[in-house]
Amino acid sequence: MKTILAAIGRAVIEGLSGAGRGLLLLRAIVLQTHHAWRMRREIAEQMQVIAIGSLPLVIVTSIFVGAVTAVQAVYQMQAYVPMKFLGTVISKSVFIELGPVLMALVVGSRLCANYAAELGTMKVTEQLDAMNIMAIDPVRYLAMPRFWAAVLMIPVVTVFCDAIAILGGYVASVMTLDVSSGVFIEGLQMFYKHSDLLGGLIKSFVFGGIIAMSGIYFGMNTKGGAEGVGRSTMTAVVGSCLSVLVGDYLLAIVLFQIVFEKT
Amino acid sequence: MQQTWDIPPPPDQRAPDPATFNGIVVEGVSKSFGPKKVLDGTDLLIHKGETLVIIGRSGEGKSVLLKHIVRLLEPDAGRIWAEGHEVSALEHGPLMDLRKRFGFLFQGAALFDSMSICKNIGLMLEEHTDWPRRRIRERACECLRQVGLEGAEDKLPSELSGGMKKRAGLARAIVMEPQYILYDEPTTGLDPITSDAINDLIIQLQKELGVTSIVVTHDMPSAFKIADRMAMLSRGRIVFTGTVDEVRTTTHPMVRQFIEGRSHGPLGAF
Repeated sequence: MKTILAAIGRAVIEGLSGAGRGLLLLRAIVLQTHHAWRMRREIAEQMQVIAIGSLPLVIVTSIFVGAVTAVQAVYQMQAYVPMKFLGTVISKSVFIELGPVLMALVVGSRLCANYAAELGTMKVTEQLDAMNIMAIDPVRYLAMPRFWAAVLMIPVVTVFCDAIAILGGYVASVMTLDVSSGVFIEGLQMFYKHSDLLGGLIKSFVFGGIIAMSGIYFGMNTKGGAEGVGRSTMTAVVGSCLSVLVGDYLLAIVLFQIVFEKT
Repeated sequence: MQQTWDIPPPPDQRAPDPATFNGIVVEGVSKSFGPKKVLDGTDLLIHKGETLVIIGRSGEGKSVLLKHIVRLLEPDAGRIWAEGHEVSALEHGPLMDLRKRFGFLFQGAALFDSMSICKNIGLMLEEHTDWPRRRIRERACECLRQVGLEGAEDKLPSELSGGMKKRAGLARAIVMEPQYILYDEPTTGLDPITSDAINDLIIQLQKELGVTSIVVTHDMPSAFKIADRMAMLSRGRIVFTGTVDEVRTTTHPMVRQFIEGRSHGPLGAF
């Protein structure tokens, strides 16, 4: 019993001190942001990695998310709710929840693993030490461009996902679910609020930060060799996914129960 | 019964005032990793312009000592001085300024594998000078010529052999014409001919650029060839310092066992 309690205590202390170090790293990254113009090429390169590298994944995921949402919605609604609300259900689900969260989980995991593995390998092969010796701050040169690339590009990818998912929902509804095009589009326009789209984008902006921080933090703190890189990549992805889900709940309360509720 | 040996104080333990000493002073540095004490009150002087070779068995903390000098590691106790600056107490800005005067050749070269060799070598110039790209490339090519790697500038590190990587790492270390170059096992894993070429480069750099070199190695032929002075690290302390001739003729049991490569003696076998 004592051993279990000690292990729990150790895990809690390690978790809290890790969170503290993560916040210090975030602070250091934010303090280096004034170098963003100088590092514009590196930021653009990282943005390109996210945008172009994730494109096939985003397209496939989004089409099927929209289509599955349409199928499920029709199944739930058929006896009770008029089909003119189908477009509304799909657009609200995609804008508020599915777009931001799925992109954060799918594209985010890919990105987080990429950051953690790349920086982790640099750490264990002394490349980060070499950078320090060359009087180049790895936080400025490596972490800051990756952080802002993720924060800026995850919302862009999410907007792209929203559009394709709705298109996927439309195609599935019209071609396989016997819903007319006019009814679907009428539903899309009904009850549309800018706050739905804006709320989703604010979420994805925060998720971008969470994903980047998880990958960068665990990557830069990798210990050991190949096994260490594998471990830190896995921890970064799991940490990122869990943080996104917890953050989603907290943001849902703040945005849709407090901020947009009052406007 | 295993015989124990008194560890005599190194001759340069009577250090001058570190704040005025023109070189590097390591003063009572201790470092532990978990329960393992790697450095235990290490003292060492490195004079300006000399090539000091630090020898010792694997795992004795030679690389750890080297990393302390440029503060890649923080000591648990003790201080390090470089040209009158206490390295272990410098703020971020002055530390970065000091590091610009150092070159470091890592054991595995530590080249940035996503960058071309030219970019690897020119990165420091890109970051710390306002030179145009063409001039940076010219300087990178010049450094590559110095290490016998002309034509490799557009290659990626993964396209180079181990010896070529080491030489590219050396080109990167000298690009800013540093006053100090720290070499972490520069010849380990290389064939004898490439090892000798690296040794010649180290000697040539010292003669041509007048740099102070600190070389960590357990490759004795290399150590004898390049050293002005040698220091032996054992059990976390410098147990012997002397010139190459003094090392050759010493009766110090640890040094004798090490340079003769015997498994029996005060250093033990494992």
